[in-house]
Amino acid sequence: MAPAPSSTYSAITLNINGEKYALSVDHRTTLLDALRERLDLTGTKKGCDQGQCGACTILLDGRRAVSCLQLAVAAQGREITTIEGMAQGERLHPVQQAFLDLDGYQCGYCTPGQICSAVAVLEEHAAGWPSAVTDDVRPEAGPPPLTAEEIRERMSGNLCRCGAYVSIVQAVARAAATDATDAETAEAENTAEAVA
Amino acid sequence: MREFGYQRVSDVADAVALLGADPDARFLGGGTNLVDLMKTGVERPARLVDVRELPLDRIESTKDGALRIGATVTNSDLAAHPEVRRRYPALTQAVLAGASGQLRNMATVGGNLLQRTRCGYFADVTKPCNKRLPGSGCPAIEGEHRNHAILGASDHCVAVHPSDMGVALTAFDAVVSYETADGPGELPLADFYPPVGHTPHLETALPPGALITGVTLPPAPVAALSRYRKVRERASYAFAIGSIAAALEVRDGVVHDVRLAFGAVASRPWRARAAERVLRGAPAGGETFAAAAEAELATAKPLPHNGYKVTLMRNLVVGVLTELAEEAAR
Repeated sequence: MAPAPSSTYSAITLNINGEKYALSVDHRTTLLDALRERLDLTGTKKGCDQGQCGACTILLDGRRAVSCLQLAVAAQGREITTIEGMAQGERLHPVQQAFLDLDGYQCGYCTPGQICSAVAVLEEHAAGWPSAVTDDVRPEAGPPPLTAEEIRERMSGNLCRCGAYVSIVQAVARAAATDATDAETAEAENTAEAVA
Repeated sequence: MREFGYQRVSDVADAVALLGADPDARFLGGGTNLVDLMKTGVERPARLVDVRELPLDRIESTKDGALRIGATVTNSDLAAHPEVRRRYPALTQAVLAGASGQLRNMATVGGNLLQRTRCGYFADVTKPCNKRLPGSGCPAIEGEHRNHAILGASDHCVAVHPSDMGVALTAFDAVVSYETADGPGELPLADFYPPVGHTPHLETALPPGALITGVTLPPAPVAALSRYRKVRERASYAFAIGSIAAALEVRDGVVHDVRLAFGAVASRPWRARAAERVLRGAPAGGETFAAAAEAELATAKPLPHNGYKVTLMRNLVVGVLTELAEEAAR
């Protein structure tokens, strides 16, 4: 195979919140910088810029990731969801609503990352993923209940310098309960339809 | 950051050919370590060969009862896999003890084994470091070394390997598969990281330009009762100051089979074979466990500020083996 062209930039298309964005990037550009500096999607925040604080958390193909360690050029072809893509029109995502209702923040800088992370935590838990505080990780043990301890461990990649952790944990728990209620409601509705 | 070329590959042969053609190129997996090091100038590749989309993302049971894990399997998928959780629970625990949910979604199995030490002098390009700049010296020996090695280090380097996953893989006799331009090869993880000696910059026994394609775990019934315990300076999301992967099988009160490996005490995940030798065939109790810990730690050479690790590891060995023995008796 012939050696690659020595170009240090590429024309790429990023799929963000269901829309396509064409841009030319220097390969050194992180997804975080592309979002904020090139595409004006400033909801994603830059904290440490070295993968330690979680402020830049986004979803890549539905899974949470830190955008500061993700090269933009390597994100081509993947489905990117940022905080701007969480609400459906005027209707906030249940996690966003829970953070609002329970004051899951103080200054708000880490909040977009916290919310993106929490959305993924709920999906990971629903998929049965154990965590580092799960007593028995064997599949036969079933998914652990989403206790405050489980939420704290699963959210530990998102730092909050204001220390709003108490309300953050409550907000994630509330959103989890809302999710479960929605699922039960949907199931009940399906059952009702089936009976009818 | 130095400017670099970027190429995505979908074929192992292309990946190996590209890297072989350019000694200044690096493979890019999840990027959680490499991109970070590129930002600080520790890594300065001229080209990245993005291997994340290679068809190496499967976990499969083989006919002989082994488990083959592809190199691009993410930490998250490895930890969540039912067969891993059932047959090698300590591996799931080890992976989940490392990094954060975000990083585990990005990081890959191959990259995990190749991650670099978190020694502060290695990370700081303004400081000497024999690993980063051979022959420049090791400031850690006289300086900040409370989280450095107590086993297998040398006068040239006292850095520790940061992997949690690697500790469990080492305990369970994992074998690394790789591909080169000259064909495939295999390396037991026990031989994967060479002794530090006077060449701390030579971190693996992989041939130049080799691409890790997967890791194979041989069948190990003992691993069904296994545990990973990690000690760190905060409750979550921090590197270990000491960790242990242990598996124990007790028959009639006697240790029938055992696996022990330590993390954050050496330049590589440390298989505790001296301890295992003491344990096999001995009564499964506190005295044996303490003797096993003593046997392994007899060669420990703590530095002025990390002697606590000797005590820590002794307590981890006794504590975790005691728990496993109690669980086995249930």
